[in-house]
Amino acid sequence: MIELCDVTKVFNAGQPNEFTAVRGVSLTVNGQGCTALTGPSGSGKTTLLSLIGCMARPTSGRIVIEGDVISSLPERFLTEIRRRTFGFIFQQFNLIRGLSARENVMLPAYPTGAPLRHVRAEADRLLERLGLAAKAEVKVEWLSGGETQRVAIARALINNPTVIVADEPTAHLDTALSLDFMEIMRGLRGEGRTLIIASHDPLVYRSDVVNRVVGMRDGRVTEEEAGPR
Amino acid sequence: MTAGSHRHLRIIAYVVGSLRRRWRKNVAVVLVYGFVIFTLASVVFLTQSLRREAVAALQGEPEIMVQQLRAGRHGLTSIGDVAALTRIVGVREALPRLWAYHTDPASGETLLLRADADSPPGDREVSAGAELLRRRGLAVGGVLRLQGQTGEPLDLTVSGVAETATPLESAALLRVSRAAFRALTGMPDGQATDLALRVRNRRELPTIAEKISQAMPSARPIIRDELVRTYASVFNWRSGVIIAALLVPILAFILFAWDKAAGLSPDERREIGILKAIGWETSDVILLKVYEAVAVSLAAFVLGTLLAVAALALPQPLTVLPALLGWSTLYPPFRPAVALGAYQVTTLFFLAVFPYLVATVIPAWRAATTDPDLVMRA
Amino acid sequence: MRVTRSTAFLGLVLFLAALGVLAGLDATRRSLGAEARFTANRALARWFIFTDPCLFTDARYTRHPSLADRHSPFQDYPLALEHFPSGSLIPPPEHLAAAPRGDAPPNPGSGRR
Repeated sequence: MIELCDVTKVFNAGQPNEFTAVRGVSLTVNGQGCTALTGPSGSGKTTLLSLIGCMARPTSGRIVIEGDVISSLPERFLTEIRRRTFGFIFQQFNLIRGLSARENVMLPAYPTGAPLRHVRAEADRLLERLGLAAKAEVKVEWLSGGETQRVAIARALINNPTVIVADEPTAHLDTALSLDFMEIMRGLRGEGRTLIIASHDPLVYRSDVVNRVVGMRDGRVTEEEAGPR
Repeated sequence: MTAGSHRHLRIIAYVVGSLRRRWRKNVAVVLVYGFVIFTLASVVFLTQSLRREAVAALQGEPEIMVQQLRAGRHGLTSIGDVAALTRIVGVREALPRLWAYHTDPASGETLLLRADADSPPGDREVSAGAELLRRRGLAVGGVLRLQGQTGEPLDLTVSGVAETATPLESAALLRVSRAAFRALTGMPDGQATDLALRVRNRRELPTIAEKISQAMPSARPIIRDELVRTYASVFNWRSGVIIAALLVPILAFILFAWDKAAGLSPDERREIGILKAIGWETSDVILLKVYEAVAVSLAAFVLGTLLAVAALALPQPLTVLPALLGWSTLYPPFRPAVALGAYQVTTLFFLAVFPYLVATVIPAWRAATTDPDLVMRA
Repeated sequence: MRVTRSTAFLGLVLFLAALGVLAGLDATRRSLGAEARFTANRALARWFIFTDPCLFTDARYTRHPSLADRHSPFQDYPLALEHFPSGSLIPPPEHLAAAPRGDAPPNPGSGRR
């Protein structure tokens, strides 16, 4: 369970280009559902996802994950929580060029000290499940948009996280691939994972996979509604 | 295997891939940095070799040598002075020595003539150092032509190879009989080049030297141990001067390597941000950069050092040896025995690895401790 | 003319050029007077029979390179290595450098040359 209490994030505080991305957001995300964050670009969705996913620290306010107040934890514990709890799918995918699909998928597991063959087996299993078994050795810059995204999904799953966070996942995909993506999300939700997806694409937030929609504008939560399910 | 060692192995695997991906930059740094190490290592190794050579040569010399000075120049010593010196308390024995330099008429090089107990018996025989014979293409039985005191040529038959202790001796030594020595140098009977003294107690050397000056006011006692110190200091000074002269190009190269190493490219910074975002800790990223830096600087160190050792085998003019030898280039060319001190190699190793490590890790640490969110957006 | 950045820069360049010209004029003036001094020095050198300008005083052979011989640096003991600092700053002069003398006959019976 993820709880945000009056969280604010200000960039470049004190400088001429000071910018408040998130203002006083209070939000609770219960487990095993799919929450969609909607709103125009610049509304603070990406920043909020970064805060939830322990990739940035709030300027003020508290973030609690499974009972632990993580907003005041030192950096090294933050990373461990991030690794254990969250799997991130970035808008730009952020895969490492020059590495193969399988290598990219295995990367988050390197520092855990798990033996190579276990990690490799798990990576192959994930790639197989997402239909990429044939492309495991291919360098990621040679993959198509949809394939790249599925590699990003596989990478997010390698450490078996409880929460999947996706930032504008369908931004570079056509309708067919977008629907494929939501089907994969359905499967993940069915496994009992919590999903948080930021998107302004109606295909996403109107999908029946989503059970809660949170609207944002100018860094604030404007509306909340229970979605189709 | 423990989880810790697995973590290191995985990170090393990533480092190998990462180095391969940026191979052009890394090869450039290794080459340039390796060249800097090579230059420094050459000077250091050659200095060490020459110093060893000088000390080794001195070991065969007596503790005190007494030379007569005439009009401020080295003159001949009278053999009669032996008696006066043996009377000094502490002197075990005093022996007159016959040795002289001879300018080889064919090559203009400075050779050494000696007439002593190991000389060949015959008046027209010579035993020469192995390197000298090899350079002339002479074998036992061949004929060596030297120039006598009066200017006309003197032919000597090579009767054997002289036993030599150092490479320089091997390249410049000629042992002849007394008669041949006098014919070549014009040294009169009753005169010697200098006197060799053996003393009983090494600690009394300064006292004995003082007594020698009193017994023979115009003589110059030379103490072997002081010579050893003189050589150490002059070779240190000379190698320092050479490195100072090379400083500007070395600094230019170091700046180039530093520029390539320090300051991460936007690509590298983004990569660190991604690694942090997917769950790598700062310590993992630092470890990654440490392995990268060590790999590159170690490669440069090995390359530079191996090249420096290989260069020691090159002929004299292609190395910095002439700068270290000074006027000793008047001798025939010789190659000092390669001396690789552990101290020198270790110093070079730390000089190679440490600065590069610092130049790589510090910017990486700054990128690794920034919130990955910011790093990825940038 | 108003002083802008460009005019200030041009002014600086002109000023430095003027300094350069002045320095050149001064050098020419000095060198014209030098010839008289050189003549006086030459006469002095001839009177005292100076051999070389005294660049170093540590070793006999670098103090008088024109009078140096092939053996003076090595007098301490047989096959001594030359050990004065100025020896690496000034090399053996031309007439001493080890070079084959054309008039010397080759070694007889060596089978080479």
